[in-house]
Amino acid sequence: MCGIVGLFLKDARLEPHLGEMLADMLITMTDRGPDSAGIAIYGRGQAGRGKLTVQSADPEADFAGLDRDLRAEVGGHVGLEVKDTHAVIEVEADRLAAAREAVRALRPGLKVMSAGEGIEIYKEVGLPRDVAARFEIARMAGTHGIGHTRMATESAVTTAGAHPFSTGADQCLVHNGSLSNHNAVRRGLRRAGMRFETENDTEVAAAYLSHRMEEGAGLGEAMEGTLRDLDGFFTFVVGTRNGFGVVRDPIACKPAVMAETDQYVAFGSEYRAMVGLPGIEAARVWEPEPATVYFWER
Amino acid sequence: MLHATANRLDAESVQTFDLAARGLRALNETLHALKGQPTNQTVWEIVNTKGAHAIAVGLDAPLDVTVRGTTGYYCGGMNKQATIRIDGSAGPGVAENMMSGTVIVEGDASQYAGATGRGGLLVIKGNASSRCGISMKGIDIVVHGSIGHMSAFMAQSGNLVVLGDAGDSLGDSLYEARLFVRGSVKSLGADCVEKEMRPEHHALLEDLLRRGLAEGKADPSQFRRYGSARRLYTFHVDNASSY
Repeated sequence: MCGIVGLFLKDARLEPHLGEMLADMLITMTDRGPDSAGIAIYGRGQAGRGKLTVQSADPEADFAGLDRDLRAEVGGHVGLEVKDTHAVIEVEADRLAAAREAVRALRPGLKVMSAGEGIEIYKEVGLPRDVAARFEIARMAGTHGIGHTRMATESAVTTAGAHPFSTGADQCLVHNGSLSNHNAVRRGLRRAGMRFETENDTEVAAAYLSHRMEEGAGLGEAMEGTLRDLDGFFTFVVGTRNGFGVVRDPIACKPAVMAETDQYVAFGSEYRAMVGLPGIEAARVWEPEPATVYFWER
Repeated sequence: MLHATANRLDAESVQTFDLAARGLRALNETLHALKGQPTNQTVWEIVNTKGAHAIAVGLDAPLDVTVRGTTGYYCGGMNKQATIRIDGSAGPGVAENMMSGTVIVEGDASQYAGATGRGGLLVIKGNASSRCGISMKGIDIVVHGSIGHMSAFMAQSGNLVVLGDAGDSLGDSLYEARLFVRGSVKSLGADCVEKEMRPEHHALLEDLLRRGLAEGKADPSQFRRYGSARRLYTFHVDNASSY
């Protein structure tokens, strides 16, 4: 099964409540997948600053002195905010790639969840309610976000196997379904220089989009490509720095409901994920058509 | 009787059930307990549905149930005798495996509406999504809007009436269900073909439109009929009367 939620705000007045709304939506979807949960939140960010969200199985040891060690490696102002097993590292935007490499060398046990100007990703094994509480998601502000609760089929129940997957700066993807040609696509993407952290099918879809956008495709165009190049069942919800997209495979047996008002665009695996949103009674509610790309950009 | 639903809800005898306050199991147990009982509690209104699953499933009494709001999976599933009206949109599998009675959806319906239905009538006043009437076995389905892809897949018997358009692969691997579509059909599935509209089909359709609350909205002459070419399964004419 798996449960997906997504929220793309049009009305800036809702931004302080993004985390709260998204966490509530995800908790409602708990019984679609109790294995692990994750949320990507896009904040406004600060001009000239970049962020890495990292995760550790041994946070105390890994995060101690990490800001100091990173400053020595990449220079500039380095911020570090620890949240349970995750930490958000802030560096000068032009040093983000260097910081990522430095983290890899300094703390080999750390996993990079996301990198970019706005994105932060938090994911762990466990129920959405517990995961949201551990990372205080409800207190986070932002412009858009995506959440996922997983019922694992294609790879193990681990933190790294949880969604969202991020394979490019400020990009992320969540997936309900399973891909059947992910090994072949992964091989091709590896030859093209993409790096993979897991054996998970969804990571391949994320990397596919990152690669296409790296080659110059827009979000919509890259998503169109999934319909041609990825085989299997999928409902994907995708985030970029300023965009939000949805696409379902041509069979479209994985459920999807969308709602749009003047204030937001919302996605849920089921309608009940969206019942708490403001003005939902008057929203335009529809099911995304099979093999059709929907995306919004600000 | 169907048209009277709204008026009857004003009557004092309406039992209102707050789903959020009392829970799904209490709802279905309460409605199941009315089976075979002489009761005045035949008119029910369910409020605070919030997209919950399995609302009013497995009823077996001549109840008149109005569900206020949008429902999740399987609302009205396995229904016998009851008239269930959803004053909102319905999630996947509305009226799945219905045996008799009536389910009316005021809004849209999600995937596989009326799947495997054995009898009764499902009316969808909006659009239905993919796989509407999949494997239907005797149910009548009237959709005022359009239906999605793979509808009536392996449909065995009963009637599917669509006032709007049908998506890809209509009636794939069809048995003896009758499909009537007024608008366009994006594509026909394997072994599904257009068939002649004979006088008996006009009469049948007229009755279905009337019972499907679409009288005056469409005329039988505007519809095309689709059915099985009978090349995929072994059709014996001796069994024709059992469909």
